[in-house]
Amino acid sequence: MSTRLASGGRLLNKGKQLKFSFNGKQFTGYEGDSLASALLANDQMMIGRSFKYHRPRGVVASGSEEPNGLVNLGEGGKFEPNQRVTTTELFDGLTCTSQNHWPSLEFDIGAINNHMTRFFPAGFYYKTFMFPRFAWKHVFEPIVRQSAGLGKAPQDRDADTYEHFYAFVDVVVIGGGIAGLQAAKAAGASGAKVLLMEQTPHWGGRAPVDGGEVDGKPVAEYIDGLVAELQAMDNVTMRNRMMGAGVYDHGYVLGYERVNDHTPMNTGPRHRLWRIRTKQIITATGAIERPLSFAGNDIPGVVLASAVRDYAVDYGVSVGDRTVVVTNNDDAYRTAIALKKAGLEVPVILDARASGGGSLADEAKALGIRVENGKGIAKVKGGKRVTGVVVCAQAGQGAMLEEIKCDAVAMSGGWSPVVHLWSHCGGKLIWDDAQAHFRPDAARPPKGANGEGFVIPAGSANGPLELAGVVADANAAGVAAAKAVGQDSSVAAPAVAEAAEAAMEPVWLMPQGAGPELRIKAWLDYQNDVKVSDVRLAAQEGYESVEHTKRYTTLGMATDQGKLSNINGLATLAGQLNAPIPEVGTTTFRPPYTPISMGSIAGEARDAVFQPLRRTPIHAYHEDEKAFFEPVGHWRRPYCFPKAGESHADAVKREINQTRNSVGLLDASTLGKIIVKGPDAGKFLDMMYTNMMSTLKPGKCRYGLMCNENGFLIDDGVVARIDEDTFLCHTTTGGAERIHGWMEDWLQCEWWDWKVYTANVTEQYAQIAVVGPNARKVIEKLGGEMDVSKEGLAFMEWKDGKIGEFDARAYRISFSGELSYEIAVPASQGRAFWDALMEAGAEFGIMPYGTEGLHVMRAEKGFIMIGDETDGTVIPQDLNMQWAISKKKEDFLGKRAQLRPFMASDDRWKLAGFETVDGSVIPDGAYIVGTGVNANGQRNVQGRVTSTYYSPTLDRGIAMGLIDGGMKRLGDVVEFNKVDGSTVKAKVVDPVFYDKDGEKQNV
Amino acid sequence: MLTLQCPYCGVEAEETELHAEGEAHLKRFGPGSSDDDFEGYLFMRENPKGVHFERWRHSNGCGKFFHAARCTMTLEVFGTYSAQTLEPPQEIKDKISAKYPGWTWREFA
Repeated sequence: MSTRLASGGRLLNKGKQLKFSFNGKQFTGYEGDSLASALLANDQMMIGRSFKYHRPRGVVASGSEEPNGLVNLGEGGKFEPNQRVTTTELFDGLTCTSQNHWPSLEFDIGAINNHMTRFFPAGFYYKTFMFPRFAWKHVFEPIVRQSAGLGKAPQDRDADTYEHFYAFVDVVVIGGGIAGLQAAKAAGASGAKVLLMEQTPHWGGRAPVDGGEVDGKPVAEYIDGLVAELQAMDNVTMRNRMMGAGVYDHGYVLGYERVNDHTPMNTGPRHRLWRIRTKQIITATGAIERPLSFAGNDIPGVVLASAVRDYAVDYGVSVGDRTVVVTNNDDAYRTAIALKKAGLEVPVILDARASGGGSLADEAKALGIRVENGKGIAKVKGGKRVTGVVVCAQAGQGAMLEEIKCDAVAMSGGWSPVVHLWSHCGGKLIWDDAQAHFRPDAARPPKGANGEGFVIPAGSANGPLELAGVVADANAAGVAAAKAVGQDSSVAAPAVAEAAEAAMEPVWLMPQGAGPELRIKAWLDYQNDVKVSDVRLAAQEGYESVEHTKRYTTLGMATDQGKLSNINGLATLAGQLNAPIPEVGTTTFRPPYTPISMGSIAGEARDAVFQPLRRTPIHAYHEDEKAFFEPVGHWRRPYCFPKAGESHADAVKREINQTRNSVGLLDASTLGKIIVKGPDAGKFLDMMYTNMMSTLKPGKCRYGLMCNENGFLIDDGVVARIDEDTFLCHTTTGGAERIHGWMEDWLQCEWWDWKVYTANVTEQYAQIAVVGPNARKVIEKLGGEMDVSKEGLAFMEWKDGKIGEFDARAYRISFSGELSYEIAVPASQGRAFWDALMEAGAEFGIMPYGTEGLHVMRAEKGFIMIGDETDGTVIPQDLNMQWAISKKKEDFLGKRAQLRPFMASDDRWKLAGFETVDGSVIPDGAYIVGTGVNANGQRNVQGRVTSTYYSPTLDRGIAMGLIDGGMKRLGDVVEFNKVDGSTVKAKVVDPVFYDKDGEKQNV
Repeated sequence: MLTLQCPYCGVEAEETELHAEGEAHLKRFGPGSSDDDFEGYLFMRENPKGVHFERWRHSNGCGKFFHAARCTMTLEVFGTYSAQTLEPPQEIKDKISAKYPGWTWREFA
C-alpha cells in the first residue's frame, strides 16, 4: 500500500493538516502536499479509468507530464475537469472526483472494453468512419459516446476572475530549477532586466532530491543561496507558480501564472496571463523521465522512478512497501537508495544493461540491494494494483525466470529534455545517440526579427543530465543571453562534485523480443490508450510519417500531448519501419506547454468590457424609451421602439404609418461622415466613386456608389460638396472606418502626389433624419434663420445655418421616399436637438422610428442596401444602376473589372421586385427555384431574394431579389422555396413599390 | 506575433497594432490594359517561402501604410520603409543580398 512515512517530506508543513475529499471520501493531508501526494498518503493509488479500455489507472509521474492523474476539481462555478493531481496544490476543503468511470471507480462496466482490446485497434475511429457506413451511426457511436471521454464539461458560469499582464524585459528564463537559477544569476549579474519563472511553487527543481555538491555545499544549500542572491537583485523578477506556456515570433512569450489556484479563498484573479516581449529567452525547462514499455506497465503502482523518489523525499510518501526498480540507466539507482534509506524494501533492481551500472550501483549493492543485470520485466501482475512482477532476460522473449512479489514498480527508460519551448517557434532538434534523446540543435535556433537566434536552451533541457554539466551549461547560457542583449557577465560556473554514472542503453521494448501477447499490454500513451501493438499496426498499414501515425493511433494527442509517450512511440515506429530514429523525427511541438485555462485567455474581456460599445449622442434617449437594440458594427441601434405590450412587428408598423402619414425621427448619427479636402479632392472622388463627383456644385448633394478593383459594390452614400476644395462623403454605418482606410490606402500608396487629405468625422456630429409630410412644419416651428422651404432648400441640396438655437447643417435627402431633412449638429448639441424636435413635433404625433422601419421604407421605394442587395459579388449593373456609373470618366476603381466579359455579360442575375401572389412574405434567404436538378441532385435555382418585408404601407409582402434575366422577366410568376419544402408563388414586378414618380420627397 | 517598426512614427509596433495589407509594389492596371495584365494585377501574387515585400498599416497607431521586407520562413525583418516609393531602398536590398545572395522578387534583385 502507499502511505505516509514517519520521516521525509521536505516540502511539507506537518504542523498544518488540511482536509479534502475524493469521490466523497474524506481525507487529510499536510500543507505543502500536492493532491497526488495527499491521495497516495491515504492509499488512494487508483485515481481514474483510462480513455478507451477503462483500465484502472494511478499516478505515474510527479509533475506536469502526468497522463493518468486527472480529476474533476471543485464544484459549481469553480468546477474544472481534467485537472492534474500532480500539479494541484492541496488546500483545505478541496473536493475532487475521478473521471471516466460508470457507475463507480472501483466497479466500472466500461472495463468490458478491456477484454475487447482486439476490437479497438489503431485507427479504430478511421476504420469505423469509413466502413460499413451504417455501423458508425448505429453501432459504434452510441458505444463510444457512452464510454469514451475524460472529464465533464462545466455546467455553471465561471465564478473566478482572470487578468492579462504585459511585461517588457531583456531576458526571460523559463524554469526555476538549478539550471534556471544559475542562468538567471549569470544573466542578471550583467544588469540586464531578467524575468525568471517557475511552474511549481518551489525553486530548485529536482536537484535537491537527486543530491550532489555544488561549490563545496550540498546542492539544496547552494540553491537557497542562489535564490537569496537573485531576490536581492533589483533587475531580476522572480515568479513561481508561473509556467512558460508558449514561445512565439519575435520574442513574444506567454507566462501562465496560477495566482490563486492554491488559495481559492483569496480575492483577486485566479490566473494571470503574462504577455511578455523579450530580447532573449533561456529555456531551462529540465528533462522528463521516460517509461519503459513492458506488459502491464499501466497498472496502478507502476510509477516513474524519479516520481517514486520525489514522493518519498519531497512529500514523505511511499508509493509501495516493496518496490521493484527497473531501469536502463544509473539514475533510477538513486530511487532504490532513497527508498532503502527510508526503511522501505527494494527486493531487486532489474538493470536491462548487461554490463550494469556505475558507482551508484555499487552504493546500492553496498546497502544490500539485489541487482540483476541484463534483466527486465516480462509482465506486471495485478489488476487495480501491482502484486508482483515476472522477471525475464532483456535479451529474450519473456520466458519467466522468477516471480517477485511487490506492490510498486519504479521504472526508468532514460530522460528526454523538455524541448517544447525551444521548438514552439521553429528551433530544430538533433538526435543524441549516447542519451537516446532529442536535444536542441544549437546551430538551428528559432530566429528573431534581426535574423539571430533568440532562444538559448540551458541545463538538462539542452542535453546534459549530470549535475556538473547542467550547472556549467546553464551558466554559459546566462552569459550568452547577457551578451546577446548587449551586456557583459563575468559569472563563472561553480565546482560540482557528483557520482560518475555509467552510460545508459536505449530500451524501446522489454524484453526486446516480446511477442504479440506482451506487446498488446505494453502501453506507450497512457491517457489515450495507445500500445506498442497499435504503433506497429499503424506502420504495417502504411502510416510511415510520424505525423500520420500520431493521428491514426491518437498517440500523443491527449491533454498531456505525449510528454511521456512521444519518444517511446516514435522509437517503436522507427523500429518497425527499420529506419533510424532521427529520420522518423518528432511530431510538431505547439503551445501551450500544458493546457491553460480558457479564462486566462479571455482575461478581463467578458461582459461589458468584452467589446467596447459605440453610442450615439442620443443613445440615452433610446435606452430610456426601452428601444429594442440591434448590433450594427460596434454600435447598438434601435431596431424599433415597442410600447408596453406591443410586438416588434406592431411597433414597426406604427412607426412607419406615423412617418408616412405625418412625421417621424431617425437617429442617423451612426452614418459614416468623411471629409475629403484639397485641390485634387474632386479628381480623387472621381476615382473612388463610379459617378462623376468633380462636377457637383457646392451646396448640392449626389448619391454615389463605390466599388473595389474587382468591380463589386462595397459602399454607397450621399456626397455633399461643401466648397470648391471640400467634400463630405456619407458612408454606410458599418463602412465608415473601412472606407476611410480604403481612401487612405489609395492616397498614401498610389496617388501620393495628389493634394488631398481625409478625416473621419463620424462621431463629431449627431445626425437626425426628420421624415414625413409634416417634417418641414416641425423644423419651421423651431425657428432660426434657415430657410427650409421647397425653394430655399431644394431636394438634393444642403445648407448651413441656425435651426432654432442649433448649429445645423441640413441635407434635403431621403432614404424613405418622404419629404425628409437629415440634419447634422455638433455631437454636443445632439440630444438637445433631438428633444427639441420631439417637443416641436408633438402636435403631429412625432415618434422615433428604428432601423427596421428604415429598412422597410427604403425597400418600399426600391432603394438598395449594401449588405442586403450586395454580398461582395454584385456589381452596380446587376442592380440596374447604370445611371450611377459615369460613361465620361476614363477610369474609376472597378471600371476595368466591370469590362471583363462575364461582368459585362447579360447572363447575370439582376435586380427585380417581387410580389407574392397570396400577399405573404417571402422567407429571408429564399431561392427562386428553376427546373431540373444539378449534378449533386439539388434543385436548380434561377435567383434569390435579397430583401423581403411586410409592407405596412401596401399591407402585403414585398421583396427585392436577383433573378436570371432581371427586369426582362416583368410579369412572370416564379416560385421561391420555403424551409418546409413547399414554395411560394411571386410575380416579378418593378422594385419601386411606392411613389414611383418621387413626388412625395420632392415637395 | 511579429514586431515591425513603423517608418513614419518610429514606434516598434506589435502585430496587434498593425494590419496586414497584402503584397507591396503592385502595379495598377486600369481601363485599356490587357486581360492578362489586369488578371496579374488583381489576382497573381508571389506568396514566396523566403524574401518577401509586404504592405502593412499602422492601423492602431498613426494610420500610415508602409512597406516591410522580411523573410517569410525565418521571420527575419530586413527593414520597413515608406509606401511612397516604387522600389525597395538600396540599403534594404543590400541587407537581403548579404543574407540571400542572388535573391529575386518580381523585378527586384
